[in-house]
Amino acid sequence: MVTIYERKPAHERKPGLSRRELLKRGGVGALLVISGSAVISPEHAWGLETSALKPETMATLIQMARDIYPHDQVPDKYYAIAVKAHDEQAGKDPAHKDLIEKGIAELDLKSGKDGYTGLGWEEQRVAVLREIEDTPFFQAVRGGLVVGLYNQKEVWPIFGYEGESYSKGGYMARGFDDIEWL
Amino acid sequence: MAAPFDLKNDGVVVIIGSGAGGGTLGNELAQKGIDVVILEAGARHEYEDFINDEWDSFAQLAWTDKRTTSGDWRVAKDFPNLPAWIVKAVGGSTTHWAGASLRFQEHEFKTLSTYGKLEGANLLDWPITLAELEPYYAKAEDRLGVTLTNNIPGLPGNNNFKVMKAGADKLGYKECHTGRMAINSEPRDDRNACQQTGFCFQGCKWGAKWSTLYNEIPKGEATGHLEVRPNAMAFKISHDAGGKVTGVVYADKDGRLQEQKARIVAVAGNSIESPRLLLNSASSQFPDGLANSSGQVGKNYMRHTTGSVYGVFDKPVHMYRGTTMAGIIRDEARNDPSRGFVGGYELETLSLGLPFMAAFLNPGGWGRSFTTALDHYDHMAGMWIVGEDMPREENRITLHADIKDEHGMPVADVHFDDHANDTAMRNHAYKQGSALYAAVGATRTFPTPPYPSTHNLGTNRMSEKAADGVVNKHGQAHDIKNLFVSDGSQFTTGGAENPTLTIVSLAIRQADYIAEQMSAKSI
Ligand SMILES: Cc1cc2nc3c(=O)[nH]c(=O)nc-3n(C[C@H](O)[C@H](O)[C@H](O)COP(=O)(O)OP(=O)(O)OC[C@H]3O[C@@H](n4cnc5c(N)ncnc54)[C@H](O)[C@@H]3O)c2cc1C
Ligand code: SF4
Repeated sequence: MVTIYERKPAHERKPGLSRRELLKRGGVGALLVISGSAVISPEHAWGLETSALKPETMATLIQMARDIYPHDQVPDKYYAIAVKAHDEQAGKDPAHKDLIEKGIAELDLKSGKDGYTGLGWEEQRVAVLREIEDTPFFQAVRGGLVVGLYNQKEVWPIFGYEGESYSKGGYMARGFDDIEWL
Repeated sequence: MAAPFDLKNDGVVVIIGSGAGGGTLGNELAQKGIDVVILEAGARHEYEDFINDEWDSFAQLAWTDKRTTSGDWRVAKDFPNLPAWIVKAVGGSTTHWAGASLRFQEHEFKTLSTYGKLEGANLLDWPITLAELEPYYAKAEDRLGVTLTNNIPGLPGNNNFKVMKAGADKLGYKECHTGRMAINSEPRDDRNACQQTGFCFQGCKWGAKWSTLYNEIPKGEATGHLEVRPNAMAFKISHDAGGKVTGVVYADKDGRLQEQKARIVAVAGNSIESPRLLLNSASSQFPDGLANSSGQVGKNYMRHTTGSVYGVFDKPVHMYRGTTMAGIIRDEARNDPSRGFVGGYELETLSLGLPFMAAFLNPGGWGRSFTTALDHYDHMAGMWIVGEDMPREENRITLHADIKDEHGMPVADVHFDDHANDTAMRNHAYKQGSALYAAVGATRTFPTPPYPSTHNLGTNRMSEKAADGVVNKHGQAHDIKNLFVSDGSQFTTGGAENPTLTIVSLAIRQADYIAEQMSAKSI
């Protein structure tokens, strides 16, 4: 089971997950933290529990997803939702699990001693991705993101796309011809 | 009331496919009192059921049965199993067409005489002229309620159109307007007026846009002479020893094989499925497939020379608001070989929602060059290029040697290579489109590759002589008198215009011919 969950406010949380302690356990990049079988974003109050893939793998996948389709205005949470299907599929299909785990291991290996997420600049990580962009692993991750990321209704407003419009009566009275700068 | 006809009733006309060609022909014949059964592979969804969501709608309506691709077109690499975007549902692709309804130009019926022989192109004159088709174009325009014809006002221009128009003026283009659209600008023929919803490609939930689903078919059904049988996938046309067709074998909604007997069979499954069906109907008497003595069945596959240009501006556009394609520039549609190619192209407004934009802007692309384009989605304007492409024998539909569908019918392989003329035209259009947006202040433009084909044409083409094509000028097979082709696959060449108005006009004309021939007892 994979769940993206909103984390409870600090005072309702079990002890042991204080921000200081989370950071001590080792951060992935600067933002995500591994705890047990979960990837947690202490800043943004959500977590992603994995069941088939290692949580470290999932955290690296999230970073990889952002490097493939970088949108600085889109929070990590949506990238996490976009890649969680790989955990679900890995649970059902050992070949898929292998593809992802080995792919991430390979990515880390190519990235030097601190692994992929240890590379500080996006350019450095993208350079590694360019080396593997024709592999089935990369294509599986990239291909899944096209729908997994951009078909989330929650991200549409970030791009200024308004989605469904029939129930609002279309745009007849809502600005279909409101352009003013021409 | 819709009439249910008996499987053994061999007096009916059986039409395969309920889209632009099949749905129109079915209603026309029913109006004349002729009994018709339409076999439709897809389900029936009424327009209230359409979904304002690109991927969900695609899942509801699109033909996703397996197909394969080959050739140098980029679609074969990016969408190897989705060569075309076609609908599998009652109404066919008229459920999610955009409504652009243009007549062909005179010279486009005479391409061989006008352009001359072109290396690598199988050009041929149509066996009919514009003058012969004009009365039927007029009927079709009235039937579809095409704006800017029959005193129907044009649609109001949306934001995307306004950007196009401003650029067209700057470039000195003369013919730019909101298009001849089969979309009601005011209520007409029991159809609502367009509410500028912006989901024309997902089916119009207001029923403002013409579709055989809610226009032709219910009218035909009301006569008691038309039955539409959904979830009925035809896979073989049977014939007798005398070489006349006698019925159609199909899989019904439960996957059981049935045979509907017929006096006449009309094939209208769109230009991939129609030749697939004829090829799959091969027998010892017709070893190369039905109606294929010329060897032309499946060949000369055309898809229009297409592509899109998107521009990003420093101020918002919201191109997705309102009609998807109500905007056109016609100045480049003329034949003017001084531009470096024969034939011409239209520029039409186009918008995709964010999910489809991500999938189609630059398939396979990634990284900041790609994502910074999407970052400005609401500052984008877009246009579509639609131009005449060259028919080539090598561009063809064949039956796949190994892969079969769930009914055991070989899937269609779609092979396509661009002709040099297509490439030259596309590049010219990319340049004009980019210049147009730059003239209005675009900070960046994107020459976007063709999408999976929406205009599929030519694979059972019309010809004067039986040796050059599959059907005569009435869409009647040269080889088999009671077999007709009633969709875009009968196009001899493609023209620069969106094809549906011509498909509908040909279907209306064909209905007159079939009725005549039936009463003369010659078929
Ligand atoms: C997104 C989009 C936008 C478009 N916009 C425009 C536009 O603005 N203007 C324009 O002119 N054209 C437009 N088109 C093209 C237009 O939709 C087609 O040209 C037209 O619908 C083709 O008509 P047809 O009769 O050949 O086939 P279709 O309308 O596709 O109908 C074919 C039907 O046959 C059925 N069928 C196929 N095989 C079988 C079988 N073996 N047994 C039973 N049934 C079968 C299919 O399920 C389908 O319902 C657009 C197309 C798309 C996809
Ligand atoms: S924009 Fe108009 S024609 Fe298109 S779907 Fe909406 S109401 Fe229908």
